[in-house]
Amino acid sequence: MIVLRLALQSLANRWVTALLTVLAIAFSIMLLLSVEKVRTGARQSFADTISGTDLIVGARTGSLQLLLYSIFRIGNATNNITWASYDEIRRQPEVAWAVPLSLGDSHRGFRVLGTTPEYFDRYRYRRTSTLKFADGRRFEDLFDAVVGAEVAASLGYKVGDRIVIAHGLGSVSFVEHDDKPFRISGVLARTGTPVDRTVHVSLEAIEAIHVDWQGGGRIPGQSVTAEEVRQLDLKPKAITAALIGLNSRLATFRLQRAINDYPREALIAIIPGAALQELWSLVGIAETALSVVSWMVVATALLGLTTMILTTLNERRREMAILRAVGARPGTVLGLLSAEAGVLSLAGVILGAGLTYAGLWLARPAIDRMYGLHLAIDPPTWGEIGTLAAIVVAGVLAGLVPAVRAYRLSLADGMTVRV
Amino acid sequence: MHREGLISVSDVAYRWTRSGSFRLDIPAFHMAAAERVLLVGPSGTGKSTLLALLAGIAAPETGHIHVLGTDLTTLTSARRDRLRAEHMGVIFQMFNLLPYGSAIDNVLLPLSFAPERRQRIGSPAAQVGEARRLLHHLGLPPDAIATRRASDLSVGQQQRVAAARALIGRPALIIADEPTSALDPETRDQFLSLVLDEARAGGGGVLMVSHDPALAAHFDRVVPLQSIIRAQADVTATAPARHP
Repeated sequence: MIVLRLALQSLANRWVTALLTVLAIAFSIMLLLSVEKVRTGARQSFADTISGTDLIVGARTGSLQLLLYSIFRIGNATNNITWASYDEIRRQPEVAWAVPLSLGDSHRGFRVLGTTPEYFDRYRYRRTSTLKFADGRRFEDLFDAVVGAEVAASLGYKVGDRIVIAHGLGSVSFVEHDDKPFRISGVLARTGTPVDRTVHVSLEAIEAIHVDWQGGGRIPGQSVTAEEVRQLDLKPKAITAALIGLNSRLATFRLQRAINDYPREALIAIIPGAALQELWSLVGIAETALSVVSWMVVATALLGLTTMILTTLNERRREMAILRAVGARPGTVLGLLSAEAGVLSLAGVILGAGLTYAGLWLARPAIDRMYGLHLAIDPPTWGEIGTLAAIVVAGVLAGLVPAVRAYRLSLADGMTVRV
Repeated sequence: MHREGLISVSDVAYRWTRSGSFRLDIPAFHMAAAERVLLVGPSGTGKSTLLALLAGIAAPETGHIHVLGTDLTTLTSARRDRLRAEHMGVIFQMFNLLPYGSAIDNVLLPLSFAPERRQRIGSPAAQVGEARRLLHHLGLPPDAIATRRASDLSVGQQQRVAAARALIGRPALIIADEPTSALDPETRDQFLSLVLDEARAGGGGVLMVSHDPALAAHFDRVVPLQSIIRAQADVTATAPARHP
């Protein structure tokens, strides 16, 4: 068909601007899709920080606060749970397992978590993933420590290195438990969760390094050596929080209420999934902002499309007068112009989607390694396809604006061809 | 009223804009089949408007325009477009061609909108053959016929391509708006006789507008524009007169 061939030649005649327009649309689509992918990836990673745990128990505080300090290692616990209360909870018939968490010390800016070896079995992330050792094994000796992947990477630690734990949470601390150094027994594989930034030791070790301490400092003249401490009874008197697994999920709410109403101590039990949702709704504002920005970029690209067609309007005016003179209907002429816009935006959308997947495929291993962000390479969802189709339609409409204007001008021109 | 023949205009009034105070009247104008008529007059007398009305691109406010026995004023604009595509060829003063198309494609362009005209010539190969024949006959050198981009042609060559486009498929009416004004006198006469010969061979009438009375020898009849068109301020309107 000669008309189509001429339309394509017309486009080819302007290939530089056409290509730039297509690229602008493609990049905007790439941004839009990437933001969408990172958004869902981040949300999923976030929700997958802890799984398999039915309840988190701590001293009474806000549920977000408990989640933040027990799982995300952000902020501090205001109070501890007594070992007696913890012991009573874990003996409840509904409870399948319980892992105590003791926080409050740090190592060069990384939090130190005192727990039991069972932690390495019970902590789950990304639904079913368990903690794996990149090197070494769990703590066995009293002064063994297991470090997370990021701790090992940023401080250059390997199995067998000796580290000293500081009292309190400052990254530069002058009060150190330097009389009782730890040996690294294992390095964990990267998880993309706060576990990567944690130094794990046994609950007894936490007890041992504080045996001759009171408040914020050593008790003068009461120094207990690392060897002597092994002879003492290191059963902890208090912990910071506990992860609880239940025999049946049906018991979750009943046990949660029982813990919240515990008479001898002010406690709170939270359901991790619900608390994560609550936290995400706060963090999610940034996500919405990102989304808005990428939509604005798409709008800019379409505006560029309209501008590009508008700038060719004078040339098109001649084209239209000629086409009208040889008998083309107004609809044909209008259709040619908006079809051009449609073809350009379709090309942009397809190129953009292709670039997104190529980029995702290339960058995914690095993103997983560096940020622990697992991005899924899925075929586009129906929602995404709908969005892309809507953008093509918007492109056609954007082309219709100059097309209608050019058509009006050509009607006014009548039989004269203007330049 | 005689409604036979190629063109018959009666009592036409046209206003450029809806609120415009300047109007154009064409009480009567006739053209017989295969007749060659030269309309002579200075520019600014509404000649382009007259041609737009006859071609069915513009529609009059009142009156009747018969072309080939069909009253254009009773047709929808789509039907007028179709009539123009099938039975008319149009040559502008300049800028006739789609600049990025080849000479052949530019000549073949009207056939896309006119199935009957296409059938009159025959197969696609025959259509290309006819386009080549016309271009050759109108004096376009072979290398120009093979041109990929019409914008590479000289102005005179472009006018020849435009003439071939108007003539292809032997339409009944060729409308030309000062097609020779960009040509020098020598090529002008040669060009004109080639176009008129070709139109005569195809049985088509030619209506040409020009400000140049020297062309009169080529035509059956010369009509001064002022004798058929009256452009005047509309006494019923109050807005200031404005020419488009």
